[in-house]
Amino acid sequence: MSAKRVLLVGGIGVALLGMTYGLWYAVFAEHQALDGIGASLTAGLTSAAQRDQAKSAEALQRYRVAKYKYERQVDAHSHWLGLAMVLIVVGIGIDYVRLSRKQKLFLSWGLLIGSVLFPLSVLLQTVSAGPDPKILAVLGSALVILALLGAIVGVLRRPAAA
Amino acid sequence: MAAPESLTAATAQDPFRSFAPLSARRLLVLAGIAMILAGMIFGDIFAVFVLHQNASRVGASLRAAAEAALAGDAGRVQASFADVGAFLENRGTKVDTHVHLIGFGFLALLLAILQPWVAISEKYLRRLAWLLVIGGVVLPSGVFLIHYVGLAYSPLQAIGWASIVADAGGLFVMIATGGYLYGLARRLANPLRNKRSDHLLSAPDGTGRLLFAGGLFLVLLGFLHGAYYAGADLYRHEAADYNLLSQIASGASAGNSIQVGRALQEYGLLQGDKAVNIAAHAHFAEFGLLAMLLGFFQPYVSLRQIWKRRWAGILLLGSALLPVCVLLEMRFGLVAGGLADFGGLLVIVAGFAMWVGILRYTGALDAEMGRRA
Repeated sequence: MSAKRVLLVGGIGVALLGMTYGLWYAVFAEHQALDGIGASLTAGLTSAAQRDQAKSAEALQRYRVAKYKYERQVDAHSHWLGLAMVLIVVGIGIDYVRLSRKQKLFLSWGLLIGSVLFPLSVLLQTVSAGPDPKILAVLGSALVILALLGAIVGVLRRPAAA
Repeated sequence: MAAPESLTAATAQDPFRSFAPLSARRLLVLAGIAMILAGMIFGDIFAVFVLHQNASRVGASLRAAAEAALAGDAGRVQASFADVGAFLENRGTKVDTHVHLIGFGFLALLLAILQPWVAISEKYLRRLAWLLVIGGVVLPSGVFLIHYVGLAYSPLQAIGWASIVADAGGLFVMIATGGYLYGLARRLANPLRNKRSDHLLSAPDGTGRLLFAGGLFLVLLGFLHGAYYAGADLYRHEAADYNLLSQIASGASAGNSIQVGRALQEYGLLQGDKAVNIAAHAHFAEFGLLAMLLGFFQPYVSLRQIWKRRWAGILLLGSALLPVCVLLEMRFGLVAGGLADFGGLLVIVAGFAMWVGILRYTGALDAEMGRRA
């Protein structure tokens, strides 16, 4: 499989993944999440107005958890779509990258794996508070950064003498 | 007018067919860039005239809610939060208009590039392209109107006419994109159709390479900044958000107005800090993608080589200036904000110059076609 095909087919696949997740999220989770954030924040200050500190603290704790989850769910969706776009555009322009066929293939797989892994790890942070999702996030983003660096080096390389 | 360089470079293959008058590719390229420019102009107007004023109103409503809590007035707390909701809806619909216009412009350019690999007749491609452009304009227009139209004359209880119109626009875009994907799948499924080259991508162009390299670099900067923000600030910001709200609530419960005032002030600064970091990260990536996409269309930009390079340089300069200055806004205030807007203006002007160059190319192409006929 050529680097171009890995990036184009992979990019479309990641875009479909991001859109499918986004659609599910918008229909079944987003409004509930936003309602939860708004209601818990209002309840926090309403309870404070009623001088009920325990209830206020409890409501703000709910706000904290709901916002933490909401931000990661939206981040996963937007990063999948953004990275899909990067994959497709780099795939179209891969001929500008002056690297060997093998190097380009290596770079493409790195970019594709990183683009799937990074948003997935962000999403996993909503179900696991342990270090594993964070390690995956670092790994995924490192793969994307290294692949982009490799592509830049390839584009800036002088053409080989005929 | 002499035949432009880009025309002579590209006519070696077949721009007459793929970029013919009223062809799907021509429509997608011209409309796509126009949508991106319109989205950016809207974004600049929004940043100058709405964004900061709206943020002040949200801050004022939050302050009013905290003061109501301090006074023990639970009813006024809820009324103030209802105001916050309205201001956030106003802001959210403006941001969505800006983001969707640009996003659909990107999609149009992407589909224009993929055109030769889409196994559908030109007649249907043209219909799909029109559907995409109409949907790409209708959705952001509908979203923009949501805040103003509300539920007036709506047949539904919770969704207004503007939302219905926006959803219809989204449906058009989905049908058009689905049609293109179907065409791509048809070509992939038939190996005999796979060997297809495109004059646009095979025409060598130094400016295209410059924009591709610059765009990649901007995307990399965006990712590096995002990684740094996630590592150094994200968790600190999240903890501070909760702690400051807790201080506001506990201060209000205890009747401690000094604690509430201080926490409110810090909360405002925190929201500003978060907003500039997210905006810088997003703009690095978006401008990077824009530069790369415009790079592919450089063979169509009918300007002298020196001017093509200059406009590419200006586009890249503006693309770096805007997010860098947005990041500096917390430290240097309006000066940095003004420079950020200037960066946005540079990108708009350079993008418009390229659009005019493509328009000139279509003129030269049509004249040549007329001469041959």
